[in-house]
Amino acid sequence: MKDPTLDFLYLIAIVLFVVGLKGQSHPESARRGNLMAASGMILGIIITLFYPFGNTPNNYGWIAGGAALGGVIGYFAAIKIKMTKMPEMVSVFNGFGGACTMLIAITEFKTLPPGTELMSGQVLIIIFSLFIGSVAFSGSMVAYGKLDGFLRDSIRLPAPQIFNALLLLAIIVLGGYIMSLDQVHYALVLVLLGLSLIYGVTFVSPIGGGDMPVVISLLNSFTGLGAAGAGLIYGNQVMIVGGILVGSAGTFLTILMCEAMNRSLINVLIGGLGATTLSSADSKDKVVKEVTHGDTAIMLKYAKKVMVVPGYGLAVAQAQHACNDLENMLEKEGVQVKYGIHPVAGRMPGHMNVLLAEADVPYDKLLEMEDSNSELPTTDVVLVIGANDVVNPAAKTDKGSPIYGMPIIDVEMAKNVIIMKRSMRTGYAGIDNPLFYGDNSKMLFGDAKDTLNKLKTELSNV
Amino acid sequence: MDGALSFISENIVMIYILVLAIFLGMEVISKVPTVLHTPLMSGANAISGVVIIGAIWLIRNADPDNYFVLIIGFFGIAMATINVVGGFAVTNRMLEMFKKKKKK
Repeated sequence: MKDPTLDFLYLIAIVLFVVGLKGQSHPESARRGNLMAASGMILGIIITLFYPFGNTPNNYGWIAGGAALGGVIGYFAAIKIKMTKMPEMVSVFNGFGGACTMLIAITEFKTLPPGTELMSGQVLIIIFSLFIGSVAFSGSMVAYGKLDGFLRDSIRLPAPQIFNALLLLAIIVLGGYIMSLDQVHYALVLVLLGLSLIYGVTFVSPIGGGDMPVVISLLNSFTGLGAAGAGLIYGNQVMIVGGILVGSAGTFLTILMCEAMNRSLINVLIGGLGATTLSSADSKDKVVKEVTHGDTAIMLKYAKKVMVVPGYGLAVAQAQHACNDLENMLEKEGVQVKYGIHPVAGRMPGHMNVLLAEADVPYDKLLEMEDSNSELPTTDVVLVIGANDVVNPAAKTDKGSPIYGMPIIDVEMAKNVIIMKRSMRTGYAGIDNPLFYGDNSKMLFGDAKDTLNKLKTELSNV
Repeated sequence: MDGALSFISENIVMIYILVLAIFLGMEVISKVPTVLHTPLMSGANAISGVVIIGAIWLIRNADPDNYFVLIIGFFGIAMATINVVGGFAVTNRMLEMFKKKKKK
């Protein structure tokens, strides 16, 4: 694929990708950025479709069929999906990208000319693409299952770490063996494929559902690496640069998520948190104070400054619109309302921001963790909606706690804390939250959406 | 090992591109604010569908009788298209919501 015109047009596509991603750095320019990246992709696809590579059979019917099928499914999925289901959707899309890499790598083995030297960088890259594409595919599907709830955390192997290490070793040895042979032994390639797919499953399954933001980011970077690997197979710059950009984005977000939880990537991957079962014996004798909707409405109405700290519970209850309505009512009363967003609130990076944006909350009201914490001492009422671990003070005080050291939104500093929860059940980390027993904390039980609607009614009656 | 080393020297330009793209990606992406991390991720995810180019190339060069490659390529293109079209469309949908500055 070496040709001056082709190279030049691919260069333009690459520039569009980079400038498009750069546009994502501000909400005002992000949409244009996304459109630029999309046009870069269209350009890349069109060139590849029509550029003469000599006398090729083309087989346009097959291409059109596949593209039409995928295009229709992708488009309708994208316009139908609920914003609360974004993490699931990104996982599935990501898995499909990985699957394409995997399929390309499989056929590459079939089309290697006979007598090809197998102990070569070329074959190594094909094996790498096959492995990483398969892991991204099956891993994303497991992540999807966990997010959607049809796969439970409780399904686990007896010793997943040891099993995974051995499996990875087997894959490396098999890959090396395939390369050492005189000719392609296709059955072994299929075994390699099978093992890689299994590895994707066993790699993701021990990781707790609450750590899915990290896993999705990581799998996203895998898919990028797979695409870059496929790009190396064909010597195609668009695929290399596009894939690596995605790889960097995924890696960056993975590191960011880990830092936000003060845990190493290894710790997340081993699935330490999901496995912990802590006795909450010391909290048994403590009591929580409940508060009524009416009292809450009065507190809110006469507050000067209110901060909402949302978590996954808000997403589950689809309560973002009710939340925005309440905010509007309070603002009419002259109450200042802000949102404090923890980086790992929700099930993917920035999930809460998207939900609140969907409900028309202007993005300048969404405060990041540090800004939230500096505003909290002057805040009258904090509404914790469906968040738990990200506001758990045990992260600061209890050295034995599995989330010790994780930066939190320090809602205790505010004058009053109202915690909206469905029940006293623990969050994803499965640990007790001393916040609930705090002097200035009160619990308001119920579904987040119902509770917010009741608060709205009470507020209009006060 | 010689094979791998000679592969590197034969493809040195590609490998430069690869290494520099890593730094470029990190540099561009680290500027993205938390507010936009979900659209960033789904947008980047759409870009990873660039692997569709490989699938197109594969089919275009396949022998019309080679159903193995054609069928696998067909599914490859279908899946990559879902990733590309769905990814960009859903990112656009999300970013539209951010665009609406003031409510009502």
